[in-house]
Amino acid sequence: MSFEARRGEILGFLGPNGAGKSTTIRILCGLLRPSGGRAEIAGIDVARYPEKVRANIGYMSQKFSLYSDLSVGENLRFFGGVYGVRGDRLAKRLAFAVNMAGLKDREDTLVADLSGGWKQRLALGCAVLHEPAILFLDEPTSGVDPASRRRFWDLIYSLAGDGVCVVITTHYMDEAEYCNRIALINAGKLAALGSPSELKRSAIHGEILLIEGDDPGGMLEALEGSPGVHDVAPFGSSLHIVVDDATRDQPAIEALLKQHELGWSRIEPIKPTLEDVFVQLVGGDRARAPGS
Amino acid sequence: MNLRRVKAIAKKEIIQIWRDPRSLMVVLLMPLMQMALLGYGVNLDIEHVPICIFDREGSQQSESLMKAFQASVYFNIVETERDYDSLKRAIDGGRCKMAIVIPPDFSEYLATRNSARVQAILDATDDNTANIARGYAESVVETFSNNIEAKRLQSLGQQPPNTPAVAQYRVWFNEDLESRDFIIPGVVAIVLALVGAQLTSLTISREWERGTMEVLASTPVTSAELMIGKILPYFFVGMLDAAFCLAIAVFWFEAPFRGSAFTLLATTALFLIVVLGVGYFISASIRSQVGASQIALLVTMLPTTLLSGFAFPIDQMPPPVQAVTYLVHSRYYMTILKAIFLKGSGLGDLLAPIGALVVFALVVGVLATRAFRKGLG
Repeated sequence: MSFEARRGEILGFLGPNGAGKSTTIRILCGLLRPSGGRAEIAGIDVARYPEKVRANIGYMSQKFSLYSDLSVGENLRFFGGVYGVRGDRLAKRLAFAVNMAGLKDREDTLVADLSGGWKQRLALGCAVLHEPAILFLDEPTSGVDPASRRRFWDLIYSLAGDGVCVVITTHYMDEAEYCNRIALINAGKLAALGSPSELKRSAIHGEILLIEGDDPGGMLEALEGSPGVHDVAPFGSSLHIVVDDATRDQPAIEALLKQHELGWSRIEPIKPTLEDVFVQLVGGDRARAPGS
Repeated sequence: MNLRRVKAIAKKEIIQIWRDPRSLMVVLLMPLMQMALLGYGVNLDIEHVPICIFDREGSQQSESLMKAFQASVYFNIVETERDYDSLKRAIDGGRCKMAIVIPPDFSEYLATRNSARVQAILDATDDNTANIARGYAESVVETFSNNIEAKRLQSLGQQPPNTPAVAQYRVWFNEDLESRDFIIPGVVAIVLALVGAQLTSLTISREWERGTMEVLASTPVTSAELMIGKILPYFFVGMLDAAFCLAIAVFWFEAPFRGSAFTLLATTALFLIVVLGVGYFISASIRSQVGASQIALLVTMLPTTLLSGFAFPIDQMPPPVQAVTYLVHSRYYMTILKAIFLKGSGLGDLLAPIGALVVFALVVGVLATRAFRKGLG
């Protein structure tokens, strides 16, 4: 896979479990040695000068990874020491991180006593303490409630606004929509790269019809492989059908369903979502939506 | 090498040691317990062997032989038997390690033929104790018969016989031949080897288990900085433990201390670095805390107790085993400690074992940094 990311950009890695999202991030952080190829961070070869690269990056791993037996302030000061942030700059960055995490006046609280959202924002604070040019976030929002997730994304936006390049892996389609560009990764290969709207335009050849009915399984069976239908994928209790022209092909599909004695409550053309793109490009096992 | 990063890691480690009561317990109580267990438990002197006596005669002569056994510090007469059956039960039941049987014609033979037999029955399940008890018994009987001979000659108006050559013994370094004086410094070495490896065995595996290692590895910290930063706090803890153990050895167990405190501290510091390095290496190689702690115990316990010359003299071992002992770090510290305690040796006398420990420290350091790097890949 080959790609570049720019300053101030949010690049999302999207793909099924085991596709190689985390592996890619770990190679970029110098945590894993690449079996081949070349990765540069801010113009520095990662495999050759991992230590130099590490001074320029921030990393948040899948698992929560601060010291639970240390307090908020102790964690921040530890990472400050490790990243070589000191003096006035340290004081400023500490204040920034504590503010960002919403932990003002709670510097002495043990991290073990914080709830998920706070821990996660503190981890982000530790990762950006040294003002890295690039921030790698490996599924940072897994296991966090939706409100905290939203707040976390606000922070990511403001960091990107300050010129930080953010590379983030995610399971969630709605999160992927927040990214400037998405790298769709499947089986260790870059399946597609582009902005969410670019991907929707280029990946879906045709238009999408949504059908809702009592027996989506029966409808799936009836529609799959019939003429004019390029693809059928279940989305909850409804189906997304890829056709060349939604308005033109709708009557034929209705006829087909009637022929199979299948009723529907709703049928209408819709705009493609990232999930449609995902199903199109990753294909294969459709029953397994990403992240499930 | 960035000292600020080393300092940040050391500081973090100190806070963590302080907040983890379990590791604090290990640090403070384990050495104390081991000193007590090994210091009191290991005693190679054989004294007060429990014996029984089956006196089949009950004469004045047999009584005085019994008294000779009673007077010896090596024996404790715990039972007197009336027949062979009860004697057998005493030995079978483990109440006695040895039975002395005085025949019914003991004094008669002594009077008429000037020679009588005494039977000693030994429980040789522990052959070492049995052998030593036999030796002591022989010497008790020999003294007894020498006395009789001397009395007999005296009553005949003759001089006691001359012994042409007599060896005069002068024992150096452990004048009282007390095994404890020799054991206690060794106990300190064992305790330090065990505790030291335990101290650092958890430090890296804990980071792996809690997932903090990934993030730590993504920072500019190098593996050498991490190692030094992590070992440093434990070095001071270890020195505290060492001072603790050495004080117990000198003041509680009253092991003779003839060397200089400086030599003792300098060599102890060196040994501690090796031991902490071993624990760190294990911790970096094995990612689970339980596994690392078990392995650390296994790798230090067996070689240190069996192959360091603690209780079993190395020069008595078969040559292949002797060769293996050169790979046991505590062997060198054991030599150093015993020499400082008993002989009062200085640094100059100990160049060889000190050199060996320096080599150990370097090798362990390189291995530990490399094991950690490999762990990341």
